[in-house]
Amino acid sequence: MTDVPHVPVGRRILANRLFLAACVVCTGLAVCVLAVLIVSIVMDGVHRLSPDFIANFASRKPDQAGIRAPLVGSIWVCSICALTALPVGVGTAIYLEEFAKRGRLTEFIRINISNLSGVPSIVYGIIGLTAFSRFFGWRAGSDPIEFGNPDSLLYLRLPFGSSVLAGGLTLALVVLPIVIVASQEAIRAVPNSLRQGALALGSTRWQMVSRLTLPASLPMVMTGAILAMSRAIGEAAPILVLGAPLMVLETPSNLMSEFTVLPMQIFNWAGRAKASFQEIAAAAIIVQLAVLMSFNAFAILVRQRLQTPLQ
Amino acid sequence: MLLTTLATIITLASPQSPDTDARKASGPVRLDGSSTVFLISEATAEEFKKVAPKVNVSVGMSGTGGGFKRFCAGEIDITAASRAIKPGEVDLARKNNIEFVELPVAFDGLSIVVNKANTWVTSLTVADLRRIYADGGVKTWSDLNPAWPNEAIQIFSPGTDSGTFDYFKEAVIGKDGKVRGDISVSEDDNVLVRGILDNKNAIGFFGIAYLMENEGKLRGVAIDGGKGPVAPSPETVEDGTYQPLGRPLFYYVNAASLTKPQVVAFVDYLVEKAPEFAPEVGYIKLPADLQSMVRTNWVARRTGTQFVGADGKEVHGPFRSIYR
Repeated sequence: MTDVPHVPVGRRILANRLFLAACVVCTGLAVCVLAVLIVSIVMDGVHRLSPDFIANFASRKPDQAGIRAPLVGSIWVCSICALTALPVGVGTAIYLEEFAKRGRLTEFIRINISNLSGVPSIVYGIIGLTAFSRFFGWRAGSDPIEFGNPDSLLYLRLPFGSSVLAGGLTLALVVLPIVIVASQEAIRAVPNSLRQGALALGSTRWQMVSRLTLPASLPMVMTGAILAMSRAIGEAAPILVLGAPLMVLETPSNLMSEFTVLPMQIFNWAGRAKASFQEIAAAAIIVQLAVLMSFNAFAILVRQRLQTPLQ
Repeated sequence: MLLTTLATIITLASPQSPDTDARKASGPVRLDGSSTVFLISEATAEEFKKVAPKVNVSVGMSGTGGGFKRFCAGEIDITAASRAIKPGEVDLARKNNIEFVELPVAFDGLSIVVNKANTWVTSLTVADLRRIYADGGVKTWSDLNPAWPNEAIQIFSPGTDSGTFDYFKEAVIGKDGKVRGDISVSEDDNVLVRGILDNKNAIGFFGIAYLMENEGKLRGVAIDGGKGPVAPSPETVEDGTYQPLGRPLFYYVNAASLTKPQVVAFVDYLVEKAPEFAPEVGYIKLPADLQSMVRTNWVARRTGTQFVGADGKEVHGPFRSIYR
């Protein structure tokens, strides 16, 4: 036993109270900032919210302007991002945690992935532009190769240009490190005794992962996914770099469609001189928050459905 | 009987109107470029959608330089520009086998405006403007010219978010300079007009189109850009003498995109309607003769720029003497 210096009871209780007060102040501050932000946005924009605002396309007249194209564009891009980044990210995490041999190389990769989550998103935009939009300059100056009818859902064009697919994949790059790191933490949190038990009973590593570690870590993985999607839906910079337009008068009909996203529309309106544009920008922010919350609600729902108690 | 036959013959013989062409066209039209011209593009795209519901016009705002970069890489059908194409950009286009049709759409001009009772200021040099508007600038008129009254200058400016402000700042103070903080700023042009109307010592600026609307109430100041004072007017902006506060605005259409009916339909519409939309968003529309020249060049699908000479150098001079 190490010696604990004797502190009188009164002082210990006082210290305890002071610490509690400090915590409450910190939490209050964070909540206050958020509340002020939300209240000011709601006050600016709530009277602009209407079915027309959701259903209309952009317009130079603020009274007729709506967010149909950026709203649907955001949903397309984030869905593509989720469908690509989550499997790849979780897969990477499983490999690194459960299959890869511990060694310098694995450690090096692990550290680099953590570092990648700090890279500014505009850098990923440039990578996306080079890799997905231009295919590293392949066929520059000549017509893209097309597969299928431009009007059909299955139309494909190489290189991808500034299409929803290129946008979704670029956002997937942005959020991949977040997904990987969060999933790694989740898998690491599963007690080792469970793994040893499974292996001792003769299960293969894959059986262990698919029946034990993955289900057990899924709630935390989904939390990481929520964080990742919250980031993806708020990103404007990488999408801007891809050359996505600010004004689109149609919703995407396939993976090769032109698109715009809510943060870009907000950026466009918020930068305008007229006060009425600032109001519809605020209204668009409200919609964006609502979309974000429904994405998160969906993830929480999935989490609860899939959650199996650790036995 | 004879009448109906005649009518049938006439219907068959008459060419389809552009409107029915547009209604049938479908597919994407990709437009990018200048944020100044964005306002015209936005209005055109919005109205064109009503004529051609199946065409999807998307408008980006990468800036004039950024737009030309994408245009010269063949990524977009049309780029908007607040200046003519530069020799380097022409070379880049040629290297990538991109030919284009050059279409002026409107003029953008800023007018420096003072109160009617201001009898002393007749013209200002760009250096004077800098001394008025730049950070740490002059306080009174006499600081600018000892012969002028020793009274504080009341300075007005459009909002810092507006394209008008950006253009003024770039032309007068320079990209890296700072505009002074102690000036009256309003996003509403009417507030600026009222402020200048009410104040003998006021000075302000806004689009020339707006000065024309308020003609008689306020006085536009002649600007000396180095070649003597020139009064602000649509004519002086057009002939290029009103410098550096006047400039032409352009669209450049990729000739390879002219095989797409939806692009042709959109540009047809653009060429016809731009004179209508330009004043609506604060620019000066092309005068009728220039407008008909643009139409002729568009119908002939005349490619290349007239602002870069055969020697690969920029052509300087009045707009009218260059554009044919």
